[in-house]
Amino acid sequence: MSPVGIAGIGLHPFGRFDGSTATDLGVVAVRQALAEAGVRRGEIGAAFCGTAYGGVAAGHRVLGALAMTGMPIIDVEAGCASGGAALQLGAMQIATGQSDCVLVFGIEKMPRGVIRSSFFAPWQEAAGLTPAPAYFALRAQRLLREQGLDKSDLAQVVVKNRSHGALNPDAMFRTAVTAEEVLASRVVCEPLHLWMLCSPNEGAAAVVLRRARPGDVVVAGVSLRSHLPGNVLGEDSPLCGIDDSTVTPPTTLAADDAYAQAGLGPDEVDVVECQDTDAARELLAWPELGLCPPGGQRGLLADGDASLGGRRPINPSGGLLSKGEPLGASALGQVVEITRQLRGAAGDRQVPDARVGLSHVIGRGANACVTILRRD
Amino acid sequence: MTPAAIHEGLFDVDGTGSITLIGGYSPTSGLAHFPRQPVCPFSGADDVVERRLARGGRLWLWTAVTAPPPGYDGPVPYGFGIVELDGEPALRVVGRLTVADPSAWTEGARVEVTAVEVPGPGDDGPRLTWAFAPSGVVS
Repeated sequence: MSPVGIAGIGLHPFGRFDGSTATDLGVVAVRQALAEAGVRRGEIGAAFCGTAYGGVAAGHRVLGALAMTGMPIIDVEAGCASGGAALQLGAMQIATGQSDCVLVFGIEKMPRGVIRSSFFAPWQEAAGLTPAPAYFALRAQRLLREQGLDKSDLAQVVVKNRSHGALNPDAMFRTAVTAEEVLASRVVCEPLHLWMLCSPNEGAAAVVLRRARPGDVVVAGVSLRSHLPGNVLGEDSPLCGIDDSTVTPPTTLAADDAYAQAGLGPDEVDVVECQDTDAARELLAWPELGLCPPGGQRGLLADGDASLGGRRPINPSGGLLSKGEPLGASALGQVVEITRQLRGAAGDRQVPDARVGLSHVIGRGANACVTILRRD
Repeated sequence: MTPAAIHEGLFDVDGTGSITLIGGYSPTSGLAHFPRQPVCPFSGADDVVERRLARGGRLWLWTAVTAPPPGYDGPVPYGFGIVELDGEPALRVVGRLTVADPSAWTEGARVEVTAVEVPGPGDDGPRLTWAFAPSGVVS
């Protein structure tokens, strides 16, 4: 298997851009990544576009606008993990020698308000059984109860991520907040307050992969996994579940696989980007990723270990709580951030001497993707 | 006249308006589920038979929905939670709660299944769906 290197990255900031189409956003990100990689038209062997709401042939529209069609262009939908799924497919093309150079990108222009998903039957919607924030809230209540945490820990996640986002010119929300302000924002679904939830929005990100060259940040591991049955609170939102104490969550399935591919463990990870759809989702992910034992989150928050300047910063980009969440682009946005960190090009957000970075997404359908990048 | 169920096969309504959830049970896996599926959603076993589920249970998790989710035209706020039904090994069922205020509930509170009216999909008029009410106050 050939090692997979990152030749170029591109990002359209995440936010709301009235008057721009998802294609427009994608063109910006793809052109940046191609220019940085120094790749000529025709050298791309395949393209994979992550998007959940982009519609039919969304990736083709972007590459058509750049007169870059001809190669296989494949749109990939895996909910919030769409961009991660596209990266996995692209990396496999390089690793197996199918292509020397592959373009992976993600685009999204989310409808405003609570995310509507074709995942549910109309009767489930009409019965009031599909309120995404309420599912997040039930998961949060369970996390707080079972891992000995409370609302103040949720607020501290927001404080941490927003303080990072204040340093990120590509973020949607660029002001730091206090725990008091977070807890004073209105309750959406107890125990989750408005500022503990990310905003669906718009954006694009792109990565050019190639057979690794000396000095490249390499994709050391990438794994996409789906849920095992049993958890009533799984992101597949079933209407029933059973005792799930022995059911391994999809995040852990993907993480264990990615760590094995990379030949390293959580202790060797210097910087992390993880899914913070809501503040509790991030805290749930930490033990699922092996970053701390269950219940250890409060210590990491209190000691500043997970903040910039700490032992292992988590979500130095500001996370989705600062950037917002364009589903198809969010995973690759994380990969762009980790690549910048490993290149020493993250500006005010730089994690000193970061050599190994991990990114994690999970969402609708209960697809989880974990990517481990390394700079040798 | 009692409105029709929002979806076929979810529950039976008796003459007094009481409802019983209709689940499935796989003898191979020993597990019940709801709503009834052709295949056991936990094990893949295809020996599912109908199972009338217990009407009582204990509240496990709860919150309140404060803004109408897409496709829902009924009132807000409404309670929303997960109940562990009696008589099955930790069968957890999602449902509306008849009391919205989260501070009114406690972990393990006794509940009973009941029916509530919601606007049906499209212009179907009112439909019945299941919900959980504090035990002793089911009409």
